[in-house]
Amino acid sequence: MRETDKLLYVDGISVSFDGFRALNSLSLMIDDGEMRAIIGPNGAGKTTMMDVITGKTRPDSGEVVFDGRHDLRALDETDIARLGIGRKFQRPTVFENHTVEDNLLLALKGKRRVFDTLFARRATSETTRLKDLLELIGLGTQRGILAGRLSHGQKQWLEIGMLLAQDPKLLLVDEPVAGMTDAETETTAKLLREINKTRSVIVVEHDMNFVRELGVTVTVLHEGSVLAEGSLDQVSANPRVVEVYLGR
Amino acid sequence: MIVARALFADNRRLVLCIAVVLIAGIGLPLLNLLTPPTSALHVPTYVVQLVGKYLCYALLAVAVDLVWGYCGILTLGHGAFFALGGYAMGMYLMRQIGSRGVYGNPLLPDFMVFLNWKQLPWFWQGFDQFWFAAIMVVLVPGLLALGLGWFAFRSRVTGVYLSIITQAMTFALWLAFFRNDMGFGGNNGMTDFKEILGFSIQSGGTRAALCFASALALALGLVVAASVVGSRFGKVLVGVRDAESRVRFLGYRPENYKLFVFVVSAMLAGVAGALYVPQVGIINPGEFHPANSIEAVIWVAIGGRGTLVGPVLGAVLVNFGKTWLTGALPEVWLFALGALFVFVPMFLPNGVVGLWRSRVKRAPARADKTAPLARPAE
Repeated sequence: MRETDKLLYVDGISVSFDGFRALNSLSLMIDDGEMRAIIGPNGAGKTTMMDVITGKTRPDSGEVVFDGRHDLRALDETDIARLGIGRKFQRPTVFENHTVEDNLLLALKGKRRVFDTLFARRATSETTRLKDLLELIGLGTQRGILAGRLSHGQKQWLEIGMLLAQDPKLLLVDEPVAGMTDAETETTAKLLREINKTRSVIVVEHDMNFVRELGVTVTVLHEGSVLAEGSLDQVSANPRVVEVYLGR
Repeated sequence: MIVARALFADNRRLVLCIAVVLIAGIGLPLLNLLTPPTSALHVPTYVVQLVGKYLCYALLAVAVDLVWGYCGILTLGHGAFFALGGYAMGMYLMRQIGSRGVYGNPLLPDFMVFLNWKQLPWFWQGFDQFWFAAIMVVLVPGLLALGLGWFAFRSRVTGVYLSIITQAMTFALWLAFFRNDMGFGGNNGMTDFKEILGFSIQSGGTRAALCFASALALALGLVVAASVVGSRFGKVLVGVRDAESRVRFLGYRPENYKLFVFVVSAMLAGVAGALYVPQVGIINPGEFHPANSIEAVIWVAIGGRGTLVGPVLGAVLVNFGKTWLTGALPEVWLFALGALFVFVPMFLPNGVVGLWRSRVKRAPARADKTAPLARPAE
């Protein structure tokens, strides 16, 4: 395994499903504390890339190293989550039959084995942490209601809050503003920038205004590999990116 | 005490349910024993027997609900755990017959004499001791659930495929237990029991005690289930039911949670079967029939899955209906059961308990303790 000082080191990964090459020798490096936006047309491999990083899909070839010493190819979703990689799904996925507060409680960093949770009592430190998180994601007044009754945007924030509760080093956020109003989008951008003060973030997004608002390095994926990388202005000026986005 | 109070503080219905179960389990047998048959308060023996039986079914339903209602595992094979518990008890009861069997053989049960067996098979050793049988009642179903669950949950078999596996398990056991050379009495199973713990199984006092024991077991089962689902473990369990991948990506191992609850549930079902057998006086391979397992799922669906009171209510209501209908209009029962299976999910998706709940919901909302809902969520 490669020695690296990058937080996330993805080198030359390829994934095929029944002959379809979802990822084609994709490489990506994320620094500690960085926020990176990933864009690309449908089928570019954005979600598959996240699947590989979080252990859902095993790459056919290539290397994935986290924090300089963990070979992610050998680990499953649970192990990788415990190492400190949090993932937000494209469709907001929260526990709809639990209260907002319980959603965050289950996500809080802590022991996760059967007999730990069977006899767990809520610690004072957990109560404090929950309060902070609720405040950060702006759901303080909704703490007691079932997550299923939240609006779409609120569910997205709750899910981001759950990621934070895990205290991860790296957050993978898949289309956080899909289906959000402009005001909600703005709040989400603020939230992600706030999170980025202490953690690294990878955001996959279609919404260019949102990506512009984040103001971070952009990686453009196309047909399973990296097409361009740079600031949003740089990549938008790239003729190949324009070609891919506007049709050939 | 503090734990109990915390556990039941927001679940008055469960406390009420446990109280009713215990009062019925003590009161009805006592009325049967202490009042003369001529008295208006007299409870006939067959009612005590029926209630005892219903209580065992209710415990089976609670076991099914624990895995289906709270963890989303639609088990179509829980009758197998019930039957295995029943067989363990049946083996103990067979050994208590001693030399009073038809063949009068002091060493072997009648069916083994009939099959010309010369000695007791190794797996019958120990069953002359009640404590040993009692351990087997929970151990055998628990181990089967552990084995099956270990393979199924690790391989991430879910949904209808898992249901089919559980159904196949009980079907396989059904076929296996029909065979004489399995050593469990084959087609006829085990019956003609004489004594349990030295008391005649036919006596009114024993029947009363068994009915009470069933009520106690159900009450304890409900307490166990309530502590499991009321803990943080229970919250994870519901999470596994509603969004398993979220649970996994939060760093939990859903397969371990499923396995634990599946094993606990199988053990509860085993206890239910063990109490059932002395009350009905027979155990045979018919108890493994897949239809039994499906019926148990129907009880839970009718009562209300994902609640603890629901399965108890469902099991008692459906079996009362069955007792009544099979007596009054025997040919109608199966159609009625089928109709229930079709119409309850359509019109009562949350079962009988759901009916009660939605009525409450329409009543003026209580003030939320933690925070009022400032504005409509959607």
